[in-house]
Amino acid sequence: MNELIDFVIVAVILFAIGIYGLVVKRNAIRMIFSIEIIANAANLNLIAFSRNLHNAQGQMFALFSIAIAAAEVAVGLGIIIIAYRLYKEIDVEEFRSMKG
Amino acid sequence: MADALFIAVAVLTIGAAIVALESRELVYGAIALAISMLGIAGFFLLLEAPFVAMFQITVYVGAVAVLVIFTVMLVRTQALFSRKEDRGRKVAGIILLLIFIGGIGSILLASGLGSTGFTKFNLPPIDIATIGRQMVTYYAPVLILLGLTLAASVIGALALARREDIEQKNERIN
Repeated sequence: MNELIDFVIVAVILFAIGIYGLVVKRNAIRMIFSIEIIANAANLNLIAFSRNLHNAQGQMFALFSIAIAAAEVAVGLGIIIIAYRLYKEIDVEEFRSMKG
Repeated sequence: MADALFIAVAVLTIGAAIVALESRELVYGAIALAISMLGIAGFFLLLEAPFVAMFQITVYVGAVAVLVIFTVMLVRTQALFSRKEDRGRKVAGIILLLIFIGGIGSILLASGLGSTGFTKFNLPPIDIATIGRQMVTYYAPVLILLGLTLAASVIGALALARREDIEQKNERIN
């Protein structure tokens, strides 16, 4: 049978992969992928603990979190398109007009 | 111990997440990300939360993945092929990944979360009727705020994607 600890460990692995992507990748779209992977790891934790404690709050929180993540992706990709139009590049190291 | 279905879904999810970050072409990465989100929805089904699983499929696999693929196609140039990262940064990232897994994993295992008294799913799953009732009673203000947030983000994305130079040209033609 499945147990809580298995789900939590999978969530930890996904979270670590997301952190790795945020640290290593310099492509703006790949950084958005990393953020999504981290958000999904958090949702997995919420649902797993909600199932374990028989508490509906975890599921509600996960539902709202998924919706907010969708809004965040829409705005983030809009910003990437603007940056691409300005710099002709989606490498974050090229976005340096605010650099002092 | 985990059963075979759980291990299959876990391998699919984690493998697709790695492919999403490491594939050479960004389009394949976007598709791998969608598969990874599908795997997360499979976990939700294993946890007997079918409503959240369907919500996840609709929002992530349906909306976010399509949005990402469209963006990847809009920025289609040589920028699509990401330049090679320098090796030092990659090695540092992998070391950080292992530190995270080892550190947080050992903390979790030491915390008693895996003890037999707590880790088993003894209680019955939450039925969808409870979620629906809570959504329109206790969480009704949050639901309204969520709608406003989504509207604001859509308007914000539209305002961001507007191109004033093209609009002015069209006005001159008219």
